[in-house]
Amino acid sequence: MIESLDYVTLQHLWWLLCSVVGALFLAMTFVQGGQSLLWQVAKTQTEKDLIINSLGRKWELTFTTLVLFGGALFASFPKFYSTSFGGAYWVWIAILFTFIVQAVSYEFRKKPRNIFGSLIYEGFLFLNGVVGILLIGAAVGTFFTGSNFQLDANNFVTWTHPLRGLEAALTPSFSSVFNIALGVFLVFNARTLGAMYLINNLELSEAPDMETRLRAATWQNLLLSLPFCLLVVGSLLFMPGYGIVDGTIKIVSFKYLQNLVANPWLLVLLLIGLGLLVTGVWKTARTKATRGIWCGGIGTVLVGLTVLLLPAYNNTAFYPSKTHLESSLTIYNASSSPYTLKVMTYVALTIPFVLAYIAYVWWLMDRQKLKIEDTGDKAAY
Amino acid sequence: MIENLDLGMVNWARAQFALTAMYHWIFVPLTLGISWIIAFYHTIYVRTGSEEWKRLTRFWMKLFGINFAIGVATGIIMEFEFGTNWSNYSWMVGDIFGAPLAVEGIVAFFIEATFFAVMFFGWNRVSKGFHLFSTWMVAVGSNLSAVWILVANSWMQYPVGQAFNPDTARFEMQNFFEVALSPFAVNKFTHTTSASMMMGALFIISISSWYLLRGRHVIMAKRSIVVAASLGLIASIFTIFNGDESAYQIAQVQPMKLAAVEGLYEGQTNAGLAVFGVINQDKKVYDSQPAFTGFNVHVPGVLSLMANRSFGSFVPGMKDLTYGNAEHNILGAAQKMELGQKAVASLDAYRQAKKAGDAAAAEVQLAAFNENKVHLGYGYLNKADEAVPPVALNFYAFRIMIALGILFPLIFIGYLLFSYRGSLERKKCLLGLGTITYVLGIIASQAGWIVAEVGRQPWAIQDLLPVTVARTNLTAGTVQTTFFMFLVLFTLLLIAEISIMAKQINIGPEEN
Repeated sequence: MIESLDYVTLQHLWWLLCSVVGALFLAMTFVQGGQSLLWQVAKTQTEKDLIINSLGRKWELTFTTLVLFGGALFASFPKFYSTSFGGAYWVWIAILFTFIVQAVSYEFRKKPRNIFGSLIYEGFLFLNGVVGILLIGAAVGTFFTGSNFQLDANNFVTWTHPLRGLEAALTPSFSSVFNIALGVFLVFNARTLGAMYLINNLELSEAPDMETRLRAATWQNLLLSLPFCLLVVGSLLFMPGYGIVDGTIKIVSFKYLQNLVANPWLLVLLLIGLGLLVTGVWKTARTKATRGIWCGGIGTVLVGLTVLLLPAYNNTAFYPSKTHLESSLTIYNASSSPYTLKVMTYVALTIPFVLAYIAYVWWLMDRQKLKIEDTGDKAAY
Repeated sequence: MIENLDLGMVNWARAQFALTAMYHWIFVPLTLGISWIIAFYHTIYVRTGSEEWKRLTRFWMKLFGINFAIGVATGIIMEFEFGTNWSNYSWMVGDIFGAPLAVEGIVAFFIEATFFAVMFFGWNRVSKGFHLFSTWMVAVGSNLSAVWILVANSWMQYPVGQAFNPDTARFEMQNFFEVALSPFAVNKFTHTTSASMMMGALFIISISSWYLLRGRHVIMAKRSIVVAASLGLIASIFTIFNGDESAYQIAQVQPMKLAAVEGLYEGQTNAGLAVFGVINQDKKVYDSQPAFTGFNVHVPGVLSLMANRSFGSFVPGMKDLTYGNAEHNILGAAQKMELGQKAVASLDAYRQAKKAGDAAAAEVQLAAFNENKVHLGYGYLNKADEAVPPVALNFYAFRIMIALGILFPLIFIGYLLFSYRGSLERKKCLLGLGTITYVLGIIASQAGWIVAEVGRQPWAIQDLLPVTVARTNLTAGTVQTTFFMFLVLFTLLLIAEISIMAKQINIGPEEN
């Protein structure tokens, strides 16, 4: 069956698979959200330890999902990989920096003689939770607002702005506002998810004060995320986009609205996703429910899928160049060869198996809630 | 293609990749190797139910966890550095190189990430059997992740299963199995993982020896040593054998690397292996100065044997490979440059003809390009002697690796012998040597990668893509900035890691 797939189908399929991984990553950013909540909701050392030990058992899954997102993009859309990473240099370096310091912080934070002290490692976790996600959001924003690059005959990139990617957030323009709004929305959404995850994962009868703070945090962060969400969705409905018209890239009015109309299922995904998010938060904040994270997580996956599919499907340039329209990347000109995409599709058949064992192990490890006594375990963070 | 080339940037980008790779490689071999040894310890605990083995397993697991975290931290930069500093490379070979990285993510990293949490926190949460299974899966996942990155690296050394597409200006995969199962990849994987197993064993021996010298945790140390030295001995012998195979493959595929490693300028029949020598650093490939200054020792015929499996065979030197040798039918880099330049010119003409809609001219230019495309990379060199990698660094790194690689099995044998006789605690000299073996292991393993990577300069992809083309269009200052940023960051993290590790070792298993 895979052998009979044509090139265009493979290109669409692989953008979908990358988007699924990207959307799963956004849902898994509950780890980053929880990190950024640490100083706000944990008022005692015991409460801090509970949060760190809960998130510490999941951080690597989030990290690995991000690495897979990068690897899948490299394999299936190498021109995006080379253009964006080589071009928007400072944005990616800053994002990487926040993930490098995250990786050691759980393990090192409470170990004796860790040189820098716990506070610094907690600071690294906060940095990763806020700046890392904000910049990832701003980078995704450029899928809609465009970037400053030009490709030569060999498809080698020249970035035409001296800030090398940081201009996506730092120049006074609508593009920056949109990109930052998407980033801030993702930060608050991650915090909402983080609070819901902790409510689900921790035995909070042992820390009732923190439970109150966590439940309040879900509601606060949802409310804080809403204006940014509305700004992003509202802009998408009215802003022009970069479409493929008669084989060339052109600026098209209401392009993303057109994409939603052409693919109404994307609108359905978006609305269901936002509905699930609000439902999860509502139940968590207003009742004693502990499973809001599942609604919120699935909702985030659906919203993430919409955000990643909208700028690529329906003859749209997913990585537009503002300065040289012809250089804009589409899923047609940026993808790997049909042979590589087919090989990768065979490999992707293992994904359900991977998801199944992750789900099984997750269930096995989380069927008992994390208690204070677990933070005294010899292997604890 | 390489107009506006900033050589300073290329060298800083190389330095940065070397820096991040070398830091990463301090931690990764330990993760790969000790994960298996811990799995053996854990198995013994599950089979015997002995609390002593459980304590021992948890102790080594604790150290594994500290090392694992910093291995992950230094690893993420590697994947993304291909894009940030080597974006032209990412485009030109992404169709081939990206696939192993994605497979690595799907089939290996998730095994590691998922079962890692069970291994550490599953003692009271899952059954004993599933917990043990998880420990084994961490070892499997870690080593599987090494498979795919080594497949990718091997492809850079021996680019098989691909073809250049002149329309997309990139190399495209033609046969996945040729890429994944290339002899180079198989050998590199077995060599790297067996050397890593040895590193894991050396780590355990170093710490256990320190305990024995101080009379602390004696039973745990002795038990740890017996398992580690047994596995280390097997791994070290295996490493020597596949190291020899590696030398043979390099001779066939990257003869310039072998010549540089041996300081061999003029090709020889019955070529001798340099056991010791001081490289003449003023020597150029085109002059007649001696290759060595002063005393040097060669074992006649052994290099020919290593390179071609035959004592009397001819091994080309750097001069033959740079300027050619008609007698032995060797095309030099100088001749390949001419052919490569023709390929580059044909490619440009092909593009222009296509753009102009002249199908006939395009076909003619494509045929001309196909004739010379195997030498495409040489078309971007400026001088033939650019094809020669740094000789002294390769020469010394190779000898350090070999000398230490021979020493390690002897150390393992010593530990096993005296453990068997029950006199290990009294062998203070051996224990003293044992405490520093892990540092020696790091030196050997870094030296191995220096040979592998510096030895293939100037190529990012052997013969096809020089590093000067593979780079991103950045200024030297930009890359310098991130070089020092990573240098400071990784050094601080390394200091913290060593400090934490030393403290945990000092605390010992009781408190863990």
